[in-house]
Amino acid sequence: MSIDITLTVNGREINTEVSPETTLVQLLREHLLLTGTHVGCDTSQCGACTVHLDGRAVKSCTVLAVQADGSEVTTIEGIAVAGGLHPMQAAFHQCHGLQCGFCTAGMIMSAIDLVTREDDLDEATIRKGLAGNICRCTGYHNIVKAVQMAAGQMEGRGHE
Amino acid sequence: MSETEISTIGRSVLRKEDHRFITGNGRFTDDINLPGQTYAVFVRSPLPHAEVRAVDTSEAEAAAGVVAVLTGADLAQDELGGLPCGWMITSKDGSEMKQPLHPVMAVDKVNYLGEPVAIVIAETLLEARNAAETVQVDYRELDAVVGADKAQSALQIHAEAPANTCYEWELGEREATEAAFEQASHITSLDLHNNRLIPNAIEPRAAIADYQPGTEELTLYTTSQNPHLARLILAAFVQIAPEHKLRVVSPDVGGGFGSKIMVYSEETATAWACMRIGRPVKWCADRSEAFLADAHGRDHFSHVELALDDEGTFLGLRVKTIANMGAYLSSFASSVPTYLYGTLLAGQYKTPAIYVEVDAVFTNTAPVDAYRGAGRPEASFLIERITTMAAREMDIDPAELRRRNFIQPEDFPYQTPVALEYDTGNYGVSLDKALEMSGYAEFSARQQQSVSSGKLRGIGISCYIEACGIAPSQVAGSLGAGVGLWESGEIRVNPTGNVTVLTGSHSHGQGHETTFAQLVAARFGIPIDDVQVVHGDTARLDFGMGTYGSRSIAVGGSALSVAADKIITKGCKIAAHLMETEAENIDFDQGEFKVSSSNLSKTFQEVAFAAYVPHDYPLDELEPGLTEKAFYDPANFTYPAGCHICEVEIDPDTGCVEIVNFTAVDDFGRIINPMIVEGQVHGGLAQGIGQALLENCVYDDTGQLLTGSYMDYCMPRADDLPSFNVDLTETPCTHNPLGVKGCGEAGAIGSPPAVINAITHAIGIPHMDMPATAEKVWRAIQEKRGA
Repeated sequence: MSIDITLTVNGREINTEVSPETTLVQLLREHLLLTGTHVGCDTSQCGACTVHLDGRAVKSCTVLAVQADGSEVTTIEGIAVAGGLHPMQAAFHQCHGLQCGFCTAGMIMSAIDLVTREDDLDEATIRKGLAGNICRCTGYHNIVKAVQMAAGQMEGRGHE
Repeated sequence: MSETEISTIGRSVLRKEDHRFITGNGRFTDDINLPGQTYAVFVRSPLPHAEVRAVDTSEAEAAAGVVAVLTGADLAQDELGGLPCGWMITSKDGSEMKQPLHPVMAVDKVNYLGEPVAIVIAETLLEARNAAETVQVDYRELDAVVGADKAQSALQIHAEAPANTCYEWELGEREATEAAFEQASHITSLDLHNNRLIPNAIEPRAAIADYQPGTEELTLYTTSQNPHLARLILAAFVQIAPEHKLRVVSPDVGGGFGSKIMVYSEETATAWACMRIGRPVKWCADRSEAFLADAHGRDHFSHVELALDDEGTFLGLRVKTIANMGAYLSSFASSVPTYLYGTLLAGQYKTPAIYVEVDAVFTNTAPVDAYRGAGRPEASFLIERITTMAAREMDIDPAELRRRNFIQPEDFPYQTPVALEYDTGNYGVSLDKALEMSGYAEFSARQQQSVSSGKLRGIGISCYIEACGIAPSQVAGSLGAGVGLWESGEIRVNPTGNVTVLTGSHSHGQGHETTFAQLVAARFGIPIDDVQVVHGDTARLDFGMGTYGSRSIAVGGSALSVAADKIITKGCKIAAHLMETEAENIDFDQGEFKVSSSNLSKTFQEVAFAAYVPHDYPLDELEPGLTEKAFYDPANFTYPAGCHICEVEIDPDTGCVEIVNFTAVDDFGRIINPMIVEGQVHGGLAQGIGQALLENCVYDDTGQLLTGSYMDYCMPRADDLPSFNVDLTETPCTHNPLGVKGCGEAGAIGSPPAVINAITHAIGIPHMDMPATAEKVWRAIQEKRGA
């Protein structure tokens, strides 16, 4: 059985047929070849697959593709602003907030969501806010610094 | 350009590799798709120990979309070899270690939970998964051998290994150590378990294999830390394909930490199945498979005794360790509790007599092999725990006891009683700096403050040493290594003057594309953007040994340094020809070949171009081209060392431990890129603190894995860790051209004893095994209060 869905991915309208068990991350990686989003676990714990669904961070391994019907999805490939990097991408580079780069897409998508939602971002809030994303390389030290840097540069933060 | 504009050595250059990862353009193994690819799923044993009486694949073969179902029997029919262990250990009675066959897939017996029994290949992943569930395996269950401490009296697993013993190894002098203990005025002893860990690189292992029948060439894209060694093992031992017809590519690899050094069953079976069915086969582990079948780390049971005189001078150290090998010997498993452990037991101290015995045992658990630090964290934990215990027993400040026993700067090179010769170091400087940074002298004021708010507070010191840059082939060979341990580097100066650098080291997060580019750019006086570093493809470079044991800069970087010297030598000859003089008259400096005592010069780019346009070359004296390679074999290990200090505050009502300060002062010799080095320290500390507080692999008594997901195995998350207080000291390595040591593992080696020393200090108890979970800490506090 296939189900017809229409959604917007990184600003592009997609109309496709998926089987009901297809997850959002499978749709992104396997159907749309957006391989910047990764899968690091099978229990929704690691956060490597985090994308934005209608503006909120979700773990795309536990969202069915059919649930995204009619929605707007943004992945790591879709956040750069015209002519340059998103401030969070730039901050991860500036602060050495990544090593192997595998968790990075999910970490950046979660961090953008966190900065957008929270007004008062002290270190403890950032650490708590990123607890759903596991990084094995950096010890989080420089990720926290990157989020602090980007928070100062992102416009419209604190407003949903 | 001036030197300051060009040379970036010692500067925190931002990473060249970042852009592709922050934009989603990395290329990891599972991101690769090939036309006509099929998907593989493994049927794994649900039992830790059982006879396999029959495997019925008929229903799976008939299932929708299934292309093939292959078993261990099919592998045996193709006469494929087992997976070898590359390091031969000799027992103290002179016998060779026992190496039972490690089959790629089980044939008549399974020996650990999750051992592969069959591979199901189908048109889609879902079809492969569904079909795998229909494979019927008839098992006869056997009692499982789980704990290493009980393995030698348990049911025998392998016919070749009586008492489940792989080897009984020793190092050091037994009699001299016994004599030292007889003279001792104080002996401190400790029994401990160094907890078993599961590596958990966030990218799971994966493979995609492609066979071209026309040329008989097999390409395996896989998550390997050392693609050339993988090719060698697959060609020479497993005999899947001859070496010159086999290409192994490690594209972007999402962390390794040791777990991607090994050649495993799944990647091997994927490559073999691809040749059998004549279509590309893709396999990607899910996290549950990673928990079951990645090589685990640590798992030592040890008894340690330290003999001291009444001044606290170390007289002797005696250690007995039982090391868990798991069900089979993984690729380098045998070397971890021996040459990477026993040899490190001198630590930073002038202990005159040391004797260590290690029994390696088989159990019905996943194979155990190198995990970040590999043997050295186990050694460091044992030395730094027993030292702090001795200090507390003798009422000497733990910092002072260490200082009294340090090998002093004038003692180098220093021959330890356990085989290694340390080239250089200055341990007092690291200790002093760490004491100052951590506010050690003011600790008691902070402690009083904690006590007044109902909390406990403790501080713990660890002065670790490690041996890395693994290392001299002659030494490794004499100690049983099956391979040499050099590294290759090749520098291709292209006609336009930019440079392609090929290294046998492999980067899976370490930032080689930046550090190695800095190294080469500085040497040639060219912009760093003109240097491209290539690694991880057996088709692009001759041979390489890969990355593990913090060896890349010390061995791989040194190889590039030697190759760069050769480029400059050749460049001088070309420049001499162009400027009609002798090569001896040419000086190379900051990107220019200059004729001494004249103002004639040629730029690096001009010489590069001339190398490929040899219209008027004296061809009997000068070959065209400007490409050089070097195979660098170091004279010794390098010896990074440092001091880590951890301060904790504990809530006695909950047992929750908060790390309120963590200071790490490390001596890695010369530094190319401080930002990258500090990042390596941060990551190592997180893994070391994870081991000390959170992480623990637990099999129950029947051999079932209780910690088989992120729901049960506690990974350090952002809110479990503090920001770190890190700094460096520098004694350059004396025997490599760069003066570098290696920084990848130090954080994981130095930190666990610092954490436990702090927690035991806070509670006022002699010891606590890792991980110091809230429950364990709470119980210890209750017990202490009740006592």
